Amino acid sequence: MKFFNLIKFVLVGFVFGIVLTKAEAVSWYRIYEMFHFQSFHMFGIIGVAVVTGVVGVQAIKRNNLKDIKGLPIVITDKERGFVRYVVGGILFGLGWALVGSCPGPIFILLGAGFYGIIIVLAGALLGTYLYGVFKDKLPH
Amino acid sequence: MYSFYGTWPWYISGFLIGAVMLTLIFFGKSFGMSSNLRTLCTMAGAGKNVDFFKFDWREQKWNLAVVFGAILGGFFAVHFLSDGSGVQLNPKTIEQLAAMHIEAPNGKLGPDTLFSWEALQNPKMLAILFFGGLLIGFGTRYAGGCTSGHAITGLSNLQKPSLIAVIGFFIGGLVMAHFILPLIF
Repeated sequence: MKFFNLIKFVLVGFVFGIVLTKAEAVSWYRIYEMFHFQSFHMFGIIGVAVVTGVVGVQAIKRNNLKDIKGLPIVITDKERGFVRYVVGGILFGLGWALVGSCPGPIFILLGAGFYGIIIVLAGALLGTYLYGVFKDKLPH
Repeated sequence: MYSFYGTWPWYISGFLIGAVMLTLIFFGKSFGMSSNLRTLCTMAGAGKNVDFFKFDWREQKWNLAVVFGAILGGFFAVHFLSDGSGVQLNPKTIEQLAAMHIEAPNGKLGPDTLFSWEALQNPKMLAILFFGGLLIGFGTRYAGGCTSGHAITGLSNLQKPSLIAVIGFFIGGLVMAHFILPLIF
């Protein structure tokens, strides 16, 4: 039972991995091209994903839809704040354009056979750990 | 112009990514990939010294299952759904890359300059990869999310913090792509 419960999440991840690979959103080249505004491709992907998401989320909220277990769907709001979003966002953006991958693609590229990504993953784990260590000393 | 084994069009890809996010909401969860980095730290024992990592990682098993699926998906897409015709860049981009000694993709998703076995024997490339990872790990946790958590999920729910974060992502990305990459390559 527990096993079958997890299988559906593996399937969602499987589709996600295929889509991001075939969309080339995991490609260092595409990220470079995007930040130089030399292709509409990546902007189109993010734009359509957000429009699909807005329509779906509004449909859920307006119709009080239930989830798979029959429970009401609650989408929690993000915490208020400014500094953390700007500074954290900029730091992530620097890393995103440098190695061309955000956290999802790090894992997808492991499967795709890009060995160098293991080093990126190691750095990302250390970065996450360092945030945990300094969290209370940082402005949020 | 588009083929199933080549680059998938943006309008289909974007729709499917939105659908993945909505499916996870329907499953009673939320779409966010960077949280898995925190979970992995906790599994490695980071909770012993740092409160931020003190939580029961089993609650996040579902998200690790998504990660596992994503790894399989990446493998499957590269080995069974690709004919090597992808990553057709703007010729101007290829010109710029050549000036930085980065080879044209020729169907590859990432440059050998950065990701090949040979690159891993080059201390400079190792440093770039590690430092990039460091920025990604620290930045996403500080901002409370990445492209999936803020740009897709947060914007879909019309969250102002996510909009601020996404603007931050682009400021950082533009600075790196325009001013820093040409200096280091």
